[in-house]
Amino acid sequence: MSPTVKRLMIVDDSMIVRRRIKRGHGLENFTVVGTASDGEQAIALARQTNPDLITIDLTMPNMDGIDAIPLLVDACPDARILVVSALSDKATAIDALSRGAQGFLCKPFTDEELQQALQELAED
Amino acid sequence: MEKESIEVFISSLSNFYRQIGAAEVSVGVPYLLDSSQTVASDFTGIIGISGKRRGCVYFSCPKAMLSYLLMSIGETEVTTEHLCDMVGEIANTIAGNARQEFGAEFMISVPVVVQGIPENIHLPENTRCVVIPTKWKSYQSAIVVALE
Repeated sequence: MSPTVKRLMIVDDSMIVRRRIKRGHGLENFTVVGTASDGEQAIALARQTNPDLITIDLTMPNMDGIDAIPLLVDACPDARILVVSALSDKATAIDALSRGAQGFLCKPFTDEELQQALQELAED
Repeated sequence: MEKESIEVFISSLSNFYRQIGAAEVSVGVPYLLDSSQTVASDFTGIIGISGKRRGCVYFSCPKAMLSYLLMSIGETEVTTEHLCDMVGEIANTIAGNARQEFGAEFMISVPVVVQGIPENIHLPENTRCVVIPTKWKSYQSAIVVALE
C-alpha cells in the first residue's frame, strides 16, 4: 500500500525560500498545495487547501508568523506547523511552540535538514 | 561596539555560506565608518533593529555575486526580483541569527532592499557604525552594523 500523500503549504515572504522549500523537500509523499507570502494570506489559503503540514517564516510583512500560528491552528486544527526562520534565539522558538507550532528549523538550512524536519513532523 | 558583537555577525554570514554549500568566506579587518561615508555595492539588504538595541544592519554586494549564489542554491532564473529577494534574505539571516547571541529583544524588521549604489545611506544618529569587509570567491561584499 502506498503511503498517504501529505499536503504541504509553504509560507515565507521570500520567493526564493518558498521555491527552495518546494524544490528541496524532495519527499515523494508530500505535495505542495499552496504558497503564501504573509500570515494573512496563509490563513485564507489554509482554509481553502486544508494542508496537513505548514512551513512558516516568522519575520513577514502584514501579519508575522508568531501572530499567524494560533490563527492557523484555529483554521486547520489537524495541521502540523514547522517554523522555518532565521530568528535563532531560544525564547522565540519556545514562543512559537507554545502558540501551536510543533517544530522549528533555523535558517539557513540544508535540503537534508528540511527533509528530516518535515519527515519527523509527518510521522509524529 | 564590542568585539564579540562583531563576531556574531561574521559567524552568521559564515554559517549562511556553509549551509548553502558554498566555499568559506574570508573576512577582512573591521573598521569604523564615518557617517559622511557610504559603503554600498550593486544590491543592499537593510534590516532595521529595534528593542534593546537600535539601529540597522545591512549587507551589500555585487550583482555577479548574487547571481552566483542564486545558481548555487538551484535557481535557474536570475531576474532583478530574484537578486533583490536574495540580498534581502541574506541580510535577514545575518540579523536573525544574531538573536542567538543578543536574544529576543534584538528585534528585526523585514528587509528593505536598495538596488544601485546610492550617493549616501543615512545611518541612524548616535550609532557607532562598523564595516565588516568580506570576500567570497573574487567578490567583495560588506556587512555594515550601526547600533546605538
